[in-house]
Amino acid sequence: MSIEVDKISFRYARKTALSELSFILENGQFCALLGPNGAGKSTLFALLTRLYALQQGNIHIQGLDLQTAPTQVMQQLGVVFQQSTLDLDLTVQQNLAYHASLHGLCGATARVRIAQELERMAMKERAHEKVRSLNGGHRRRVEIARALLHQPSVLLLDEPTTGLDPQARKALNLHVRQLCTDSMITVLWATHLIDEVLPEDRVLLLHQGRLLSSGTGLDLCNLSGQSHMADAFEQLTQVPAQIPGQAPTKEQAV
Amino acid sequence: MKMTPAHYWYCFQGILIREYLRFIQQRTRFFSALVRPLLWLVVFAAGFRAALGIAIIEPYETYITYEVYIAPGLCCMILLFNGMQSSLSMVYDREMGSMRVLLMSPLPRWFLLVCKLISIALVSLLQVYAFLLIALLVDVEPPLWGYLAVLPALLLVAVMLGAIGLFISSWIKQLENFAGVMNFVIFPMFFLSSALYPLWKMQESSEWIYWICTANPFTYAVELVRHALYLKFDGTACSVTLATALIFSVFAIKGFNPQRAAGGGKPG
Repeated sequence: MSIEVDKISFRYARKTALSELSFILENGQFCALLGPNGAGKSTLFALLTRLYALQQGNIHIQGLDLQTAPTQVMQQLGVVFQQSTLDLDLTVQQNLAYHASLHGLCGATARVRIAQELERMAMKERAHEKVRSLNGGHRRRVEIARALLHQPSVLLLDEPTTGLDPQARKALNLHVRQLCTDSMITVLWATHLIDEVLPEDRVLLLHQGRLLSSGTGLDLCNLSGQSHMADAFEQLTQVPAQIPGQAPTKEQAV
Repeated sequence: MKMTPAHYWYCFQGILIREYLRFIQQRTRFFSALVRPLLWLVVFAAGFRAALGIAIIEPYETYITYEVYIAPGLCCMILLFNGMQSSLSMVYDREMGSMRVLLMSPLPRWFLLVCKLISIALVSLLQVYAFLLIALLVDVEPPLWGYLAVLPALLLVAVMLGAIGLFISSWIKQLENFAGVMNFVIFPMFFLSSALYPLWKMQESSEWIYWICTANPFTYAVELVRHALYLKFDGTACSVTLATALIFSVFAIKGFNPQRAAGGGKPG
């Protein structure tokens, strides 16, 4: 198995963010981590990436314990954060070279890996442009290229389509799915946008820190007795599903 | 894959190159950082030149002008502002932005922070040397070899100030903006030191201010730089600066760990 989360709980000063969360993801699986805002998705990402310390439970990545083998675990992880973490005043190449060095890749190896990943993301011709001059979709592609530079086996994406137009969102989603099939990379894709999830996808539905469902999108529909995932999401979480292009309801806007 | 010394070296190189690239991208910040000490050197020192008589004191071998006296303190002032500003942004950024990218490295966090502190220090040195070059215009002319001898002293002082900045911004939540750090840390550290007046002058005017100055690590930083610039070595100043740098680095790294702050973060 690729990711094994075992009974993790996490509390902030005044709020329980995650409660007894457990799930297992297999190698090469695309898994959507679905949940309304505040469900605990970002907290889970912070725990998976060691930004926060585990308070309770265990996390294993490729069989390695996050607490006892952090170095090996971080080598296995590629992360795309919700907010862009690229340096806008540096070029694409410089941003990627910085990340490569953080993983201990020497200059020559880094250059080869950067060229490969930019090629894969169809961004090679933009290597020497400043990030500031790129549009949102291209910046995201650069961030995915960056996350893959050190050849991780697990890719974590925290609401990666935030701020993108529908076309760019769709393209990015397809790109990442391709990675799963081509390179057997396990993907955990956190989102609150229901149209980014296919019925056959593995779906983890998180709500108020609890795992409501851990099957496929179809299982989610069966569980709720609804025929559409958006309706299933709404019924299980009592929060209207967000579908881009539709005006947010009063509750969503709050 | 096991991390070897080569991996550590490439990582340090990468962090240093990034700091340098950011530095050359932000030329306006470079010039504005120079304006502050130059104003002190040209305007403040001009006014005080007549008011203060400086006796022959170590490490100088002759009577000196006030400009010559305050130049080492102003070098440290550049390092002080840079160190505090950079450390504050490191703490502010730790759960987002560039610091989060840094923390995704598989290398130990203490190593990443030390690399960051040293890289910031090395880039700050470029500003100090630019300041010393301009200071030649007002007859601050240390011996030629002094420019080289002062390099390790400046580096040590810069790391010490960066570590103090990181410690303060990590542990004291009330000082999470730069105005707070400026009022409660930078100004007291700078004024209550030997940067502007020799300690014997302080002692003449007030015993307790003198006592505070001698307890201020910035005093030793300034004296270390002053002596090195004039090819002398102040053992006490070096020991105090080194010890302060080490102690604050340890506590700063311990305090910086974002995992420590998790209890107070925002749920997502």
